[in-house]
Amino acid sequence: MAKRTALYAKHLEANAKMVDFAGWDMPIHYGSQIQEHNAVREKSGMFDVSHMTIVDINGSDATDYLQQLLANDVARLQEKGKALYSAMLNQDGGVIDDLIVYKTDNGYRLVVNSATRTKDLEWMERNLRGFGNLSLTERPELAMLAVQGPEAISKVKLVKPEAATAIDGLKVFQGRSQANWFFARTGYTGEDGLEIMIPEAEIADFWQALQEADVQPCGLGARDTLRLEAGMNLYGNDMDETISPLQAAMGWTIAWEPTDRAFIGRDALEAEKDAGVANKLVGLVLEGRGVMRSHQKVLVDLGNGEQGEGEVTSGTFSPTLQNSIAMARVPKATGETCHVDIRGKQVPARVIKLPFVRNGKKVYE
Amino acid sequence: MANVPADLKYVASHEWIRTEADGTVTIGITDFAQEQLGDVVFVELPEADAEFDADAECAVVESVKAASDIFAPIAGKIIAVNEELVDAPEKVNEDPYGEAWFFKMEVADAAALDALMDADAYAAACEG
Repeated sequence: MAKRTALYAKHLEANAKMVDFAGWDMPIHYGSQIQEHNAVREKSGMFDVSHMTIVDINGSDATDYLQQLLANDVARLQEKGKALYSAMLNQDGGVIDDLIVYKTDNGYRLVVNSATRTKDLEWMERNLRGFGNLSLTERPELAMLAVQGPEAISKVKLVKPEAATAIDGLKVFQGRSQANWFFARTGYTGEDGLEIMIPEAEIADFWQALQEADVQPCGLGARDTLRLEAGMNLYGNDMDETISPLQAAMGWTIAWEPTDRAFIGRDALEAEKDAGVANKLVGLVLEGRGVMRSHQKVLVDLGNGEQGEGEVTSGTFSPTLQNSIAMARVPKATGETCHVDIRGKQVPARVIKLPFVRNGKKVYE
Repeated sequence: MANVPADLKYVASHEWIRTEADGTVTIGITDFAQEQLGDVVFVELPEADAEFDADAECAVVESVKAASDIFAPIAGKIIAVNEELVDAPEKVNEDPYGEAWFFKMEVADAAALDALMDADAYAAACEG
């Protein structure tokens, strides 16, 4: 039987359509995915993300361990509560997963994808070798709620006034704990908001209070269209173990300095850079009618009569832009236009630099 | 539970068929189908005068989630298409049996209509 989060009954109460997601019974929408999407862009929405995997890494070797395990450098986290987005790479420079790491009292907290949980934990354990003072502890008793949108933070403070001391003054990509709760100013929507880790037994009442304060319950469907508009990668679609971060618009997450930090995958990435990176991840805006979907072929004119080929990695209809948008991996030399093969028709599209939308507004030219 | 009007005919690919007084038929997709698709954002209709065999792909409906083919439920010729759907695809979710009709056909063999599912048979097919 599929696993259920502590909010399962609340989802059914809110008329969720439930689907299987990586072995979890999760809400895809509560009636209209587009309405949920718009609520987050215009007001506030909440997402049950309790299926995600939380792992605490404690001990005096934690920093050394993560400096080897992750492509980004946890030494950049100067203060407690600061967070970093990073790839975890294999030896070939392929992405095993993408994750957020927070600096905590005794070490670090990682939040990784649920679909990759088993292989992530195996990889993390396999690489413990050589580190004596280190513990990895999964925290399945913590549920997690993302509250997102321009009104999200004020709604959270409205229903939980005592949280203001933890929330006020939080910078983007920073978190603070209060009692057994942890409030982080992070998200996957391109809007302001919080991701809140909550003891399982306490999340249902919090959800109820937010719902009564008019915060829209949102499913995985809206989560996907929001993150795509925000130009944020989805593991398994936009990158995987066969794709290097250099080909997934994740170059900014690789900490090359200090040059003697031997993180896993570094040699492969340096060799790839020296040889010339073949592809890039870009945004596409469809000029004609239709909806781009993952795995559709992208046809590119590389000049001198040369044709190149790429692939849509994530595509959808954008509720904010009222048009189809996509992320696509295309040859490095791709210019400003291309064609996408949509069900046998070649439809013109513009190539843009990600993202499409930030804070409710279109941001590309 | 999805709405399945008793006065319509149905096919397993989730199109409904209404026989008009003049013997032509009007075709759309069912409430069950629109619910499965989720928010509809794009509709591609057949050309007027095009002729189709039964079960031939003749239109496309796309939701935020996925693209889905619409099939001619019966052999015949397209005599009208609902152009308003192109600009207001959300009508497929709001009024699947009314404003959101897709196209009208002149049926090649009226007897073929008798072989289509009635409401009870279609409702049972959806349950299964």
